[in-house]
Amino acid sequence: MTTASPAGASATPGPAPRDATGEPRFTPLRGIHEALGATFTDFGGWQMPVRYASDLAEHRAVREAAGIFDISHMAEFLVTGDGAGVFLDYALAGTLSTLAVGRAKYSLLLADDGGIIDDVIVYCLGPEWYLVIANAGNRAAVAEAFAERVARAPVAAAFGGEPPAGVQVFGGIVGGGLARVEDVSDACALIAVQGPRAREIVAATAGVDAGALDGLAYYAAAQGTFAGDPLLLARTGYTGEDGYELLVPNARAAELWQALTAAGAPLGMLPAGLASRDTLRLEAGMPLYGHELSREVLPAQAGLGRVVAQGEGEFVGREALLASASDASRPVLVGLVAEGRCAGRAGYAVFDGDTQVGEVTSGALSPTLGHPIAMAFVPPALADAGTVLSIDVRGTRVPATVTALPFYRRKK
Amino acid sequence: MTDLNTLHFTPEHEWISIDGDVATIGITDYAAEQLGDVVFVELPDIDAGVTAGQVVGEIESTKSVGELFAPMDGDIVGVNEAVVDDPSLVNSAPFAGGWLIKVRVATAELPAGLLDRAAYVALTGGAQ
Repeated sequence: MTTASPAGASATPGPAPRDATGEPRFTPLRGIHEALGATFTDFGGWQMPVRYASDLAEHRAVREAAGIFDISHMAEFLVTGDGAGVFLDYALAGTLSTLAVGRAKYSLLLADDGGIIDDVIVYCLGPEWYLVIANAGNRAAVAEAFAERVARAPVAAAFGGEPPAGVQVFGGIVGGGLARVEDVSDACALIAVQGPRAREIVAATAGVDAGALDGLAYYAAAQGTFAGDPLLLARTGYTGEDGYELLVPNARAAELWQALTAAGAPLGMLPAGLASRDTLRLEAGMPLYGHELSREVLPAQAGLGRVVAQGEGEFVGREALLASASDASRPVLVGLVAEGRCAGRAGYAVFDGDTQVGEVTSGALSPTLGHPIAMAFVPPALADAGTVLSIDVRGTRVPATVTALPFYRRKK
Repeated sequence: MTDLNTLHFTPEHEWISIDGDVATIGITDYAAEQLGDVVFVELPDIDAGVTAGQVVGEIESTKSVGELFAPMDGDIVGVNEAVVDDPSLVNSAPFAGGWLIKVRVATAELPAGLLDRAAYVALTGGAQ
């Protein structure tokens, strides 16, 4: 037997970033994953758990109870100081300066030509104090773009300063004499608890100052403490379920994982790897950089036009987006559903009759729905729900019907 | 429980159990673990003649697709319908209920390059 595609979750394209020694990197939770019997895969230069025992069981646990994910490979940037919000309005495609303290917003980092360099979540932690969480595989590209945009941002503002009152710092990296954008990825660990029982679990976790949890809205974040150290508790995720992402200094990561596990295991929580994370986000219709998003894709093509600021404010990529607004020739992202169990996968051709019209960007047999689902770019004329296309699954044409995203929506 | 020491292994992560002129073929525990949860298995038609190295089936997990090779020349005389109905057998019992095909071999001579269990385990970097 040979595997035709990598066993791991899909990595972002291009050369994988490595640390200075060229070795793959591990998160502070490596020992825990190994003790749990995880299978590892390369993801953006990191060795990450792809599954522990059964990816289907992990997927199901997140839909029905909860799953705990190590996502410490993700990149974190602090953007701080006078003018930080206005700087983000320029550097990213959305309006961040109006984000209320304690709220989070999904945004995009665009190139001058409007292509997507990365998709990020921005958290406003205090006045002029933002945390930007970016994809692991894009860390260098994001750092480079921020550095270049700091230099050319049309903002004359003072740099740095002390954190505003009540704003915590991570890992001792942040202090006086700040640069405006600081990559703090190596100082902090990120653990996600996702699923309908996530709130119960976080509330019951020893050492978590759960006061922060009360009244925390979706896409909001609160600062608390874990065992006396700073904790950022964010109600965000990448699974289509309610859930939380917890950011702590590296030194507390293992302790936090164990405390969450102690609270969660009795409620059915399982440790979950990248394989289930990928099928969960696909069911939820969420894009994955390197698949649905890339330098060649404009936001509107991926259905992310709503993320882009519509006002007069200048931001990198704006002119290109305005120039392309009337261009109806670019393919657009659609959902495809099929019958049977034979799934179209990333890279498979999509046909309208005998004509190839596009390519699958992500696809799998949906564990929750029990039939194949996929996302693909197709011409706008073929993007209406109900349009019947087909996917070439290794020589067999499997009929697939265009459907609105997401494939799965949790019950409120 | 199958005695793994009576099986032959291929470097392509398949196992072969010989009984007279019929070879039973499946994928190994290592292959199943690498694939993750198997969700779909496609097997060949019975009576089809196959040659060594020919792709005769597919094993899909949520994340990957594996191809099943015929390890030797012969005729397909059996396919495991239970695995088609319940692909998780490939993960839960790769050497027993998760077998995939039976081939009536054309010659009693085993193909070159087969491994015993110890050599196969060494190949996959594990300890027995």
